[in-house]
Amino acid sequence: MRYAETGYNLEIDLARGNIERVQTDPKLMELHLGGLGTSVKIHWDRVPPEVKPFDPENLLIFSSGLFNGTPAFSANRTVVTFVSPQTELLAYPMMGGFWSAELKYAGYDKVIFRNKSPEWVYIWINNDKVEIRDASHLKSKGALETQDLIREELNQPKAQVAAIGLAGENRCFTASIEQGRSSASRLGGGAVMGDKKIKAVAVRGTKGINLARGEEFMELMKGVTEYINFRNANPIPDVMTILSGIGSPQEMVHTDEKWHTENFMWGNARTRRRDFWSKENADNWARAQHTTIKRLISCMNCPQHCGALVSPGEGRYYMMKCFGKLTYCLAAYVDDLNFNFNILHRATEYGLDSFSTPQILAFAVELYEAGILTDKDFEGCPTDKEGRFFWLLDRVARREGIGDILADGVYAAARKIGNGAEAFDHNTIKKHEQLPLKLGTLDPLYFLMYSTNEKISITQIEGQWPQSAFPTREQREAFVKDWPQLPDEHFKQYLLDWEIKGDHAIPYYPTPQMCCEIVDWMEMLHNIDDAVCICAGMSSFCLKPPYHIHNYPKLISAATGMDLDEAGLKKIANRSRNLHRAFNNRKGMTRADEKPPEDHWKRRFPELEQELLNTYYRYKGWNQDAVPTRERLQELDLGYVADDLEKRGILKNGHN
Amino acid sequence: MATIKKKIKKIKIDADKCNGCRGCEIICSSFHATPKYSEINPARSRVQVISHRLKNIWLPVFAGEYTPAECAGRDVYVIDGKEYDECGFCRAACPSRDMFKEPDSGLPLKCDMCEGEERPKCVEWCLNDVLTYEEREEEVEEGVEMEAVEAGVESLIDKYGFDKIADTVARMSKKTLNVNKANE
Repeated sequence: MRYAETGYNLEIDLARGNIERVQTDPKLMELHLGGLGTSVKIHWDRVPPEVKPFDPENLLIFSSGLFNGTPAFSANRTVVTFVSPQTELLAYPMMGGFWSAELKYAGYDKVIFRNKSPEWVYIWINNDKVEIRDASHLKSKGALETQDLIREELNQPKAQVAAIGLAGENRCFTASIEQGRSSASRLGGGAVMGDKKIKAVAVRGTKGINLARGEEFMELMKGVTEYINFRNANPIPDVMTILSGIGSPQEMVHTDEKWHTENFMWGNARTRRRDFWSKENADNWARAQHTTIKRLISCMNCPQHCGALVSPGEGRYYMMKCFGKLTYCLAAYVDDLNFNFNILHRATEYGLDSFSTPQILAFAVELYEAGILTDKDFEGCPTDKEGRFFWLLDRVARREGIGDILADGVYAAARKIGNGAEAFDHNTIKKHEQLPLKLGTLDPLYFLMYSTNEKISITQIEGQWPQSAFPTREQREAFVKDWPQLPDEHFKQYLLDWEIKGDHAIPYYPTPQMCCEIVDWMEMLHNIDDAVCICAGMSSFCLKPPYHIHNYPKLISAATGMDLDEAGLKKIANRSRNLHRAFNNRKGMTRADEKPPEDHWKRRFPELEQELLNTYYRYKGWNQDAVPTRERLQELDLGYVADDLEKRGILKNGHN
Repeated sequence: MATIKKKIKKIKIDADKCNGCRGCEIICSSFHATPKYSEINPARSRVQVISHRLKNIWLPVFAGEYTPAECAGRDVYVIDGKEYDECGFCRAACPSRDMFKEPDSGLPLKCDMCEGEERPKCVEWCLNDVLTYEEREEEVEEGVEMEAVEAGVESLIDKYGFDKIADTVARMSKKTLNVNKANE
């Protein structure tokens, strides 16, 4: 019997219409756990570097993790993996919601799509019965609308549906995959799904998932539950509201947006408005939020309230979460939060990522104001800020006119438009739009996270370490006093000595070596979360979370029956990260790609930055070109990866 | 007839607080697995969260008594402008729908308030206080209550007829007898 995982994947060949239920090798769980870990392994084995994002051979994998469907609170993520049309690297956007648990109840851990369907289809997975069904009647329907239409059509109110909207159908590089209040948004999963002509994947399951040592697992969950209750009752003092609690940022609960609106940049990551949060704006925003939000909701088996059912107008409903609440307002320089609730509804039905897309639209507005885009490009566009954004959004989702170029994202669009447009692409890393943040002094921790991670966006790398030093010694002492999540006690000293100004402040403190240890810890936890599919909001993305390196090995052991300790779990996370890195190296990624935008910080320190990268690569066991060495790969049982990298000339003499 | 003291167990459901997470379904099905917590399958849960997300409907409903025949008519509630499912508030395992039946056998499920535990597990697991547990004592006339096994057998009788079930039980007990003898 298999525990925690079902032991079966669904392999669907869309060109031939062939569906297979394939038993997986139990050894894979021991080596890669599940979720992201086992998906990366499949991509490595089956997708050679020659494969382009829209080639039939590009695999699109929907994966659950080890804990989905079990009583582990907040195990609700679905990892979607594919070679991204935007970066041409292995992307892994994730969504919360209910989809993965349902897939496991239907008897599968992953759905692996290959090739392309000749016509629009949707997939219906109902326990042992799996069908590829005609979706011609769903074409151009909204991403949310489609989910309900499929549930009605199948007469299956409990079916969970992941769908794309028009943007995915049109292969926009920022097209998302939507599911209830959740979405796998970044890096163009919706575009790859659209390229394969899959409108939606619906699933309903009524089978069981087994736990190896259920009673022991529940005993461990008691501790997790107590800690959740403790943290919900005791927000962390001396940090901004949004970072004080657990769960993904409680944007639907809190109305205080002073920090985001005054520290994040408006427009195309351009202008800081330090005086935005006036009493008038604060009142208006609180009123808009309270009027529009109808109910606070969560994902599968999660006690938090990160999402909301919202109604921006009579009879119109959709669901939202997190920072999407204000990205369109910020990008369009619109002070009225109602604008965001309205345009986000349309963007969600189109299925467009709410991080990248608003920046793309703001980028277009800047180019127009600079005379690089002209009246001809904007023909028919309203002149007011709000109208202009709606118009541009429509053009992008439909790939009409200038929208066809913008739909490839800021990096690609800037190069296509030319004529100086490249200079306005000032907020991408590895061709992907980043958070609209422009700060003062280089932060060495963030420099490393921004530069080096496979995620290619900061939001799921950071989390466990405070974003900045605490001003007073007393605050620091209070913070480290109760910190059971730390992988090692010596980290406490790093925090105690970390000051706002002086020798022990950024950019030189934490030292490069300390930065490596801290970043490595944060990455590791994210990697484990993504393998078991626990929401980072209850683990790696927040300060002092309920799940950590000390309780994870016990929970995983009880669930799976494996005998896993901390060292063993760290090794698996490391293996997964190095395999992912090797995949991206094989796609051509090198040290030269690992750099934040020029203007990300006002005060840069080129020598220190190089030292940070050198130290980090050494720490990870990589060569100075950001490629894992043979020695490191062999330690991680990845000798076959070293062979491949050597054969391709990416690793020379095992080291250089 | 004599009167006895009966413990009335009550779960108060504050549906407005429900965030729709379905944790109650997970914990119920795993608690009732054999061995305990060895398997999770919300389709076997004795509480189901009925949801229509875009209509702002999230409604935890508990499995009640099995009924062999459906009602003569159906009801539909509209509350605060929201139209709930047909028979949406009904707890019965009934021929008119799939709810509260074992997915494989079709046998009825019934909430037993986690007999033997201090509180029902769903109440314990819901951290949003949607479910609260209360107990009180009432004086009632002594009567015989049907046990869970009886309810199951009754549903089988309804499905296959009394004779067929009686025959099957007789045949099975003979088989078991033979196996036991062989083992001796």
